[in-house]
Amino acid sequence: MASNAAVPFWRAAGMTYITYSNICANLVRNCLKEPFKAESINREKVHFSLSKWSDGKPQKPVLRSDTPQV
Amino acid sequence: MLKQASRLLSRSVAAASYKSATTRAFSTELPSTIDSTFVEAWKKVAPNMDPPQTPSSFMKPRPSTPSSIPTKLTVNFVLPYTSELTGKEVDMVIIPASTGQMGVLPGHVPTIAELKPGIMSVHEGTDVKKYFLSSGFAFLHANSVADIIAVEAVPLDHIDPSQVQKGLAEFQQKLASATTDLEKAEAQIGVEVHSAINAALSG
Repeated sequence: MASNAAVPFWRAAGMTYITYSNICANLVRNCLKEPFKAESINREKVHFSLSKWSDGKPQKPVLRSDTPQV
Repeated sequence: MLKQASRLLSRSVAAASYKSATTRAFSTELPSTIDSTFVEAWKKVAPNMDPPQTPSSFMKPRPSTPSSIPTKLTVNFVLPYTSELTGKEVDMVIIPASTGQMGVLPGHVPTIAELKPGIMSVHEGTDVKKYFLSSGFAFLHANSVADIIAVEAVPLDHIDPSQVQKGLAEFQQKLASATTDLEKAEAQIGVEVHSAINAALSG
């Protein structure tokens, strides 16, 4: 079994496959022509709020969003 | 008494599994996944207990592999946000596997291929549709079904060549000036993806 097979350069640098795949996808999206580029960027927008819990209580939520808060 | 039972059981199971291993050396289709010699040996030793289930008895049966190679390949091509092709019957697809462009015909050996950024072309008669894939995987099954999954797939005429050139130059510069391993890796990925798009647009 090739357990010592050459690792891809990105894994050797500490990157996971998902990170690599998402970087590739973002680069491809940036190279699109105008209407398609705007659509794809719009499609990939995320908006979520994250709060860590300790002692059974939620701490201050962290909001991560691509839509600017007005 | 229990020790005797396990000794008898292991002896008869060993005999049974040896026999069944040689008679079913390369079975890709296990007959109804129940080993009757094991079940009989079990019933002799523990008639009041049900024989244990094996994981394969919980699985849905795989779609059967036809004995003659089908004439068409069934392709399922999906992206995270849409399903481009569902069960489409085609003659051939060429996928950008990390080991090079791989042509897939009906009856291809079952394979799991990791895809690199490159062109995938779907051939149906004289009709060829090309997509540039950012990365993904291709699962080729024994029954001539190909499941191709990618994160981004764009037709070549959706790509802006000037952006690609700009991106390539930018990442080549980043690669030259990168310090940490991670920066180098990211710049390298940028160079590879843009070079692949360039090659796709010109080739």
